[in-house]
Amino acid sequence: MRQDTKFTNQNFRVIGSRVNRPDGMDKVTGRARYGADYDAPGQLVGLFLRSPHAHARIVSMDISRAEKLAGVKAIITADDLPDLTNGNREMLDILENSMARGRALYDGHAVAAVAASDVKTARKALKLIKVEYEQLPHVTDVDEAMQPDAPVIHDWIFTQGVNPTPKKPSNVCNRTEMGHGDVDAGFARAAHIIEKSYKTEQTHQGYIEPHACVASMGPDGSGELWVTTQGHFAYRNVCAELLGLDIAKLKVTSSEIGGGFGGKTHVWAEPIALALSRKANRPVKVVMTRDEVFRATGPASSTSIDVKIGVTKKGRIIAASAELRYADGAFPGPWAILGAMTSFACYDLKNVKTVGYDVICNRPKVAAYRAPSAPMAAFAIESTVDLAAAAVGMDAVDFRIKNAAKKGTLSSYGVTYGPIGIGPTLDAAKNHPHMKAKLKKNQGRGMACGFWFNFGGQTCSTINIAADGTVNLSVGTIDVGGSRASLSLIAAEELGIPYEHVKASVADTASLGHNDMTDGSRGTFSSGMATIVAARRAIEVMKERAAAMWDIPVDKVDWKDGHAVAKGKKNSKLAPLSLKEIAENSPNTGGPIAGHNEFVADGAGVSFASHLCDVEVDPETGATRIVRYTVIQDAGKAIHPDYVEGQFQGGAAQGIGWALNEEYIYGEDGRLQNPGFLDYRIPVCSDLPFIDTQILEIPNPDHPYGVRGVGETSIVPPLAAIGNAISNAVGLRMTHVPMSPPRILAALEAGE
Amino acid sequence: MPESVVVDVNVNGVAYQREIEPRLLLVEFLREEIGLTGTHIGCDTSYCGACTVTLNGRLVKSCTCLAVQADGGEVCTVEGLEQNGELHPLQEAFSEHHGLQCGYCTPGMLMASKSLLEENPSPSREEIRKGIAGNLCRCTGYVNIIKAIDAAAVKMQGV
Repeated sequence: MRQDTKFTNQNFRVIGSRVNRPDGMDKVTGRARYGADYDAPGQLVGLFLRSPHAHARIVSMDISRAEKLAGVKAIITADDLPDLTNGNREMLDILENSMARGRALYDGHAVAAVAASDVKTARKALKLIKVEYEQLPHVTDVDEAMQPDAPVIHDWIFTQGVNPTPKKPSNVCNRTEMGHGDVDAGFARAAHIIEKSYKTEQTHQGYIEPHACVASMGPDGSGELWVTTQGHFAYRNVCAELLGLDIAKLKVTSSEIGGGFGGKTHVWAEPIALALSRKANRPVKVVMTRDEVFRATGPASSTSIDVKIGVTKKGRIIAASAELRYADGAFPGPWAILGAMTSFACYDLKNVKTVGYDVICNRPKVAAYRAPSAPMAAFAIESTVDLAAAAVGMDAVDFRIKNAAKKGTLSSYGVTYGPIGIGPTLDAAKNHPHMKAKLKKNQGRGMACGFWFNFGGQTCSTINIAADGTVNLSVGTIDVGGSRASLSLIAAEELGIPYEHVKASVADTASLGHNDMTDGSRGTFSSGMATIVAARRAIEVMKERAAAMWDIPVDKVDWKDGHAVAKGKKNSKLAPLSLKEIAENSPNTGGPIAGHNEFVADGAGVSFASHLCDVEVDPETGATRIVRYTVIQDAGKAIHPDYVEGQFQGGAAQGIGWALNEEYIYGEDGRLQNPGFLDYRIPVCSDLPFIDTQILEIPNPDHPYGVRGVGETSIVPPLAAIGNAISNAVGLRMTHVPMSPPRILAALEAGE
Repeated sequence: MPESVVVDVNVNGVAYQREIEPRLLLVEFLREEIGLTGTHIGCDTSYCGACTVTLNGRLVKSCTCLAVQADGGEVCTVEGLEQNGELHPLQEAFSEHHGLQCGYCTPGMLMASKSLLEENPSPSREEIRKGIAGNLCRCTGYVNIIKAIDAAAVKMQGV
């Protein structure tokens, strides 16, 4: 039976405390084991041969010389990977992205893989593979890819979402329209209409740990995979389907993860590592280089966005529309859909329309990156909102307060909001000390809002109570931001025991039922909810055991502060039994005590943030320095405030990098020119200010503690907040992200 | 070039002698030859700093240093920070002040911070920022890392 998971506004004992994370000790001593820190006996080294071309037909491939090299144990090409996907094009895309099938679709696309006894032999073998390519016309820019004369990358893509479906294939795989009301009528009544076009360049999640795995397939069709991932169950299901394995016979163990931010929700080398292992009948270890991570995993979309906002004289947005074009890379994805959905989610609008186009181009297959697709849309929308505020002579914060969505608002993507935090974050922004800080020469202040849906999904957790009263909590969501700490706090809260008595672990795929990935800011939300239910079920068992120990009916037993308490006058002499006492007696009262829960964690609460930012622009160089930065976000309930703040700060830092520096740079030849951290510059410590945070708690009515996901929203506002600040510093509206020194300098010079 | 050479390297106070290929990187020596996987590889190009260790007391990025360059030398890695079962004050501070999330950059960050505090026992926040600018962290925005280094510096000064 499904347990009630509504918000109850209970008093907390340990929730909200700032305990040390259980994984911290291993991480400061070097004991933590990441993807590359595991070896299997007799393992081989797996390496990939990758396309040097943006788009090319593989005319022929000769692996015979490589195969003969001593120490080479297996070579995999598309010929070794039959299509077992039964017409599921999305799965076939994943397979084709893992290994080119007749055509290389982007610079870095894998065309062959080798397993050899050591890395030197494997490298030599790659050099001995002869590939004859016929270069094909390529396109890497999203707007160019939509042109009628653009090279059509897939002959099987006919734009979905238009009626009738086109008869000619194109690079536009999907058109999505969202909204309500009548925007044309709204614009007709507007006192001011602001129209602006924007571009944002492609960015990468930039996790410091490259992808790594050890795959081991036995001749009986059973296998094991050790891997750095955000979703070991999803990796298992995908790899099993692509390789024709029984799902339950592939055991996936997740390593400690060195950052993912969405980029480790998708398989890349893993199916091939398993295929190599199966062919060689030996374990195979694959560790990507940074160059491979940039060229051949899944960065975020580059975009091109047009926004139109109409306002009344009194400063009310009367109509708003946007057309959003997202580059999905070599295969279709939902990226423009998410952009179209999130665009105007912060506002209460009568007339709104967004149209998203997902566009194929010769770049890597795009993957999720923290609140995927929302930051680019927010850059375009929130920049235009500032222009609209200025058009009616209103302060940017006041204008947003006036137009903010609230409880009961029909959102631009179709749901009607419950209690939400956009208004409170804006009020907090208006009253924040940041707003009173004095600005110096060449400095400017900007602000922007952000939204992310959050996600619940399939989840299960198990609590096992050890004989000494300590507790194992097994969860199936990967810990990417401190969830073992937050989930241990939740278990301790429910069971009434100290935090230190709980040991949380991420279970392997053989030890727990299916869990969806840690994405959609769902780790603490969904596994937390599952842990609450599991703990409450374990308490029911403990009440039964206490009743047996006392020899009284179970309905006379209550649970209070970690103890079974006997109810009624008759039982008043029975001293409460602690969890520890009940656990110690468990061998005689029915055996091990456990509680578990499997469900779909519905009711993820939407999340809003407002960011404040002060910048200083150097007019000589065009370089922008962030002087002051404040994140205000609704957490619903902060289980572990330090880790909530950590998410706020981390997302803001990534957003700052995106806004000012980070971009994939493609040459005329369609090749990526900066696949390394030297030329793809993520923020270093001296680039960033001390990022200030303010946590608001507007409870999510559909979580027992009121929790909302907190991991992603923080990356949504920075691009726009910084753009608005730059505009206020130098009087120039930047419309192209990153707002790097050369772009700002060019804009300054053009402005003069 | 010879097929293999013999090197003697003292790592965290333990003497190791290994016959290695001359092209072997120090980080590969540490991880693969002697099994110390606390030193991580993030970029292979000496930019991210995840592989930072000290060689003869000086910070090096072990992904761009050959193992033969450490021949006869002393290397300290994250595994060598604990002394007699006692954590280094920086390790304690990173744990207590939440100076990490995923933890992948942490070993390199600890080594860089240790070196910083040896050169400058009471750095300003600005000096900390510059002192660890050779080490990338993608999770934290560096906020709690700076707090942790600050706290460790205070504690070490008090001893």
